[in-house]
Amino acid sequence: MDALLQSFFNIDVLAEYWPLILHGLGQTILLSVIVVPLGLLGGIVMAILTTQKNNRYRQLAVFLVNFFRAFPPLVLLILIYSGLPHLGVRLTPLSSVIIAFFLNTSAYYGEVVRAGFLSVPVGQTDAARATGLTYLQTIFYIRLPQAVRNVMPDLLSNTLEVVKLTSIAAVVTYTELTQAARVAQGLSFNATPIIAAALLYFIILWPLVRIISRQERRELY
Amino acid sequence: MDALLLQFFSLDVAITYFPKMLRGLWVTIQLAFFIVISGLSLGLGLSLLRALKNRLLNFAIIFFADLMRCLPPLTLMFIFFFAFPLIGIPLSGKVAAWLALSLVLAAFSEEIFWTAILSVDKGQWDAARATGLSFSYTIFDVILPQALRISIPPLTNRTIAITKGVALASAVAVPEMLGEAIAATSYSSNSTPLIMAAVGYLAIFFPLTLISQRIESRIRWSL
Repeated sequence: MDALLQSFFNIDVLAEYWPLILHGLGQTILLSVIVVPLGLLGGIVMAILTTQKNNRYRQLAVFLVNFFRAFPPLVLLILIYSGLPHLGVRLTPLSSVIIAFFLNTSAYYGEVVRAGFLSVPVGQTDAARATGLTYLQTIFYIRLPQAVRNVMPDLLSNTLEVVKLTSIAAVVTYTELTQAARVAQGLSFNATPIIAAALLYFIILWPLVRIISRQERRELY
Repeated sequence: MDALLLQFFSLDVAITYFPKMLRGLWVTIQLAFFIVISGLSLGLGLSLLRALKNRLLNFAIIFFADLMRCLPPLTLMFIFFFAFPLIGIPLSGKVAAWLALSLVLAAFSEEIFWTAILSVDKGQWDAARATGLSFSYTIFDVILPQALRISIPPLTNRTIAITKGVALASAVAVPEMLGEAIAATSYSSNSTPLIMAAVGYLAIFFPLTLISQRIESRIRWSL
């Protein structure tokens, strides 16, 4: 029991490495604030393309969405970070992460928003067009707001996944929360930093998990 | 242009590292298989326990599910791989990866199973109990068959998403496909092994993604 306290909940170690862990937390939040909106934007574009009438763009978009949904994000990230330098393109860890996440999360958000678009009755589009709204106005004022509301639980749960996924930036040495904890653990030979990181993830994400559970259950009734 | 092409699609490099990559593929498939089996069974077991409506038990299950849904699988792997040895429980990379992803899959699938069980009409419970079926008969023969049907689309989606995390095991020194590819790439200073790993992962997951999409649309129409 004492050994557990010493290695997992050591106040001295925590105090010493707290600044590093806090820096990591800040970077995790920063990454999320960059990649979530970018992914949403990409996802909306993909959803618009994949719900069009059948044409070449639609087919390409459907393929891209399926392709990047099947591609493990870590493999993608490593390919961009360690593979591209052989092409003469050397990217920083941050830009590699942003590119990999953009490709991955656009595909996932794309699927979610597409389901949202499909849930909006066609009559809405017809009516909007009949009143003289342009194609883009119809999308952004009529279809998208309803689509987003209809798939809110899925959007939130995808966002939870994206925030958690920022942890893979650790693999390309970007000092977000997981990597900061790992470095601190290596320096201190003590597990407290990793446990602290896990607790921090729990504290920032738990409210989101609760909201998602509640919304999913409400959908049932 | 040729030199560039050779950096990513060199036949020589591909042939040299093919045996290693194949071994990596096998590790990937094994890990994925065990994660799916243990994750889904634990998830189903927990959702059934939750149907017993024991307050203390439910509290523990909900806490477990919430915690495992909040923690990134990679962070969890690091806890098992780097932290557990410090309290005298050394775990190999494979075990750490299997444990982390199984627990995450268990948490998500428990929620899916439980939501599905809740969505079965309450009249089914009442009717089954009124005809004299015991609690376990009601659950196993009446409720579960209906609940499982509802849970299949979200379950396949989630299972595929979490199983793709097997690639994370390369971060705890497991020689699965990505791990082998990273090693081979730095030995040969050539990106071909990374492309091979990407192709290997796509060969596993692209068909699965398409199948899950088909299942989803078929079940949506038949409900």
